[in-house]
Amino acid sequence: MDHPIAVSFIRLIVALPLLGAAINFIAGAWLQKTFGKRAISLIGCGVVIAAFILAVRAFIAMLAIPPENRFMLDDLWKWFDVGGLSLDIAFWLDPLSMVMTLIVTGVGGLIHIYSIGYMHDDDAYWRFFGWLNLFTFAMLVLVLGDNLWLMFVGWEGVGLCSFALIGFWYKVTANTTAGNKAFIVNRIGDLAFVIALFSLFAGLQSIGHATLVTREIARYAPLLAGVPLNLAGYQSAYPLVGFVTLLMFIGATGKSAQIPLYVWLPDAMAGPTPVSALIHAATMVTAGVYMVARLNFLFSMSPFTMEVIALVGGLTALFAATIGVAQNDIKKVLAYSTVSQLGYMFAALGVGAYAAAVFHLMTHAFFKACLFLGAGSVIHAMGGEQDMRKMGGLRHKMPVTFVTFMAATLAISGVPPFAGFMSKDEIIWQATSHGHPVVWAMLLIGAGITVFYMFRQVYMTFFGEFRGTHEQEHHVHESPPSIAYVLIALGALSVVGGFVMIPEFIGTFKPFEAFLDPVFSSEVTRRITEAGIHSHATEAAFGFVTFTIVLIGWLVSDLMYRQHKLDPARFSQMLDGVPYEWVYNKYYVDEFYNRVIIQPYMFATRALAWFDSNIIDGVVNLAASIIVFLSWLSGLFDHYVVDGLVNFASNLTLDVGGRLRRLETGSINGYLYGLLAAVMLILLVRAVARA
Amino acid sequence: MGGGITLNDFLVLSLIIFSLGLVTVLTRRNAIGILMGVELILNSANINYLAFAYYGGGKYDGQIFAIFVIMLAAAEAVIGLAVVLAIYQNFKTIDVDAAETLRG
Repeated sequence: MDHPIAVSFIRLIVALPLLGAAINFIAGAWLQKTFGKRAISLIGCGVVIAAFILAVRAFIAMLAIPPENRFMLDDLWKWFDVGGLSLDIAFWLDPLSMVMTLIVTGVGGLIHIYSIGYMHDDDAYWRFFGWLNLFTFAMLVLVLGDNLWLMFVGWEGVGLCSFALIGFWYKVTANTTAGNKAFIVNRIGDLAFVIALFSLFAGLQSIGHATLVTREIARYAPLLAGVPLNLAGYQSAYPLVGFVTLLMFIGATGKSAQIPLYVWLPDAMAGPTPVSALIHAATMVTAGVYMVARLNFLFSMSPFTMEVIALVGGLTALFAATIGVAQNDIKKVLAYSTVSQLGYMFAALGVGAYAAAVFHLMTHAFFKACLFLGAGSVIHAMGGEQDMRKMGGLRHKMPVTFVTFMAATLAISGVPPFAGFMSKDEIIWQATSHGHPVVWAMLLIGAGITVFYMFRQVYMTFFGEFRGTHEQEHHVHESPPSIAYVLIALGALSVVGGFVMIPEFIGTFKPFEAFLDPVFSSEVTRRITEAGIHSHATEAAFGFVTFTIVLIGWLVSDLMYRQHKLDPARFSQMLDGVPYEWVYNKYYVDEFYNRVIIQPYMFATRALAWFDSNIIDGVVNLAASIIVFLSWLSGLFDHYVVDGLVNFASNLTLDVGGRLRRLETGSINGYLYGLLAAVMLILLVRAVARA
Repeated sequence: MGGGITLNDFLVLSLIIFSLGLVTVLTRRNAIGILMGVELILNSANINYLAFAYYGGGKYDGQIFAIFVIMLAAAEAVIGLAVVLAIYQNFKTIDVDAAETLRG
């Protein structure tokens, strides 16, 4: 790990989608008008496919390197150097980011191609591909960034693209509201994540290794053991690593839709279906899983956080699966299924089965993308209809969609030998073998329910009689080649994608785990992953239990929705229909959040607005009134005292002048008499004075 | 000194002429009449100069002053008559009360 192989092609993998986004955003409208949508398709898909080819070449090159040296670094330039923190814009490829890059560009590329057919009638075709390319870029930055800040840039970037694409059809208010919800709920997690990064950096600085470069953190992480939390001078007895990893996990619950922040994901289905497949199933929502797996050396140091992750994951897996049972919207079922499957991944992380989590991440990307795109194909054929109650019998009309959807359903259900069996069975087994019976039970029940709702969906959509309008029935057709071929590719991956990691009781063929091994090779992680039971017989027995549960789930679903021998309505009427009501209304979680958080928040904002407009504005207005009054007084003083004095002086002068002018008679005689009188007076005064 | 005429007699004569002149100046409205009154006042002053000169030591300073006064009276008459003529041209009268446009 300490001697990276310097390469310069990783920057191309990252830059190509950015280039596509730039072209589409800057010149897309013009290109579309001048050269047609074909040009946009070429650019939008071309850059991602080119990135995928580069990634495959990198993968082949990596396989030729001895496992302990599989670490390529592409250092572009110094990003910033401030406060002891010096970070580069640098991308690295190690086995984990290699797997993620292949998924993001591979599955992402397929979904880009799928979008050509799916979005063909949309006027804002260029905008769609621009955002899709930008998303791919952001996701690659998240995955390939060699330091946590660069990863955070990608982390926020995918959030932004997710927001924009959920609200892509922004003319419908519900879509933009869903986009806002996703963005705001994610902010809660992101805040926790940022605080975690700050605390981690402060901790590393306090032990003399100020860095946020992931591989350096990995090197210095063991030194953090026993370092207590020190928040802005407040010394706590709680270990720093525990605090940091807990907050990081909160960040992951936002991005990866775990309890309690999962509520945005079902609403995110308001976006176009390729978006749901790419962002809200295959790639972005796995960012949290990737982050925990990436920082496994930190998480492994905190048993409490691991326990929390396992429990939250298991609970989410079960909880979301039960909600999926009662949904009628074809995409909502898949949305809750996604939440549930992400729960499996976190449960795997929590019990220390990092490789199994990443494995499930990969197989899930295959079969969930296939399911979403299949659902998109159905919605496309039904003219925008998403309600499964109005579908039915589509298997003859859409054979390609049906077969691929079926393959993906078998995969997610965990039927051997499909991809989902390999990964999910591994997770359920690891939960047992690492001694988490509660998590195991939740995952097991969740697996049964998963099979139930998935086959319910298949039966409601593809079997039975058509229940839509006559017009819709006439319109239903198989989707165009760009959609069909993508479905076939993903369906094939759902079938064979799991063979890279076969359960131990069947064989010892585990190249996937071996490939990822260098990533999970830190001492603490080894201690956790290698703990547990290693008995093939026990594993086989537990695998059999899981398979039985799967069979029961399928049987119930089959009886209810294909053979109609059991009436689901009778079950929903049990206990006065209360459990059904709760499940149907998603346990009223949205209502609960609305009541407990949003309404008090809105009340607080209104109260503050009232305070602002009445108290603050009142004080301001009062001050204004006082000033108006004072200036009025000052005006009076000016008007009457100052002006009065001036006017008095002038009036006095005028008055005196007016009086004195009378003396000027113009008559010489008058003057002479006056002169005489004055002389006489002087003489008289002198005579009197002398006497 | 000859004939028993004393300084006092001259002063009385001077006073009488002065009074006549003063009354003329005060009572006349005719500008010419006023000028004539002024002449009388000036001449009464001349009598005083000469009388004091004669009885005061026989020096010539009083007589010289008298000649100055005569000269001054001539000049005054010239200016005064010119003013009177100007008034007449403006007001068509030489009544001084009529020319009172400088009244305040």
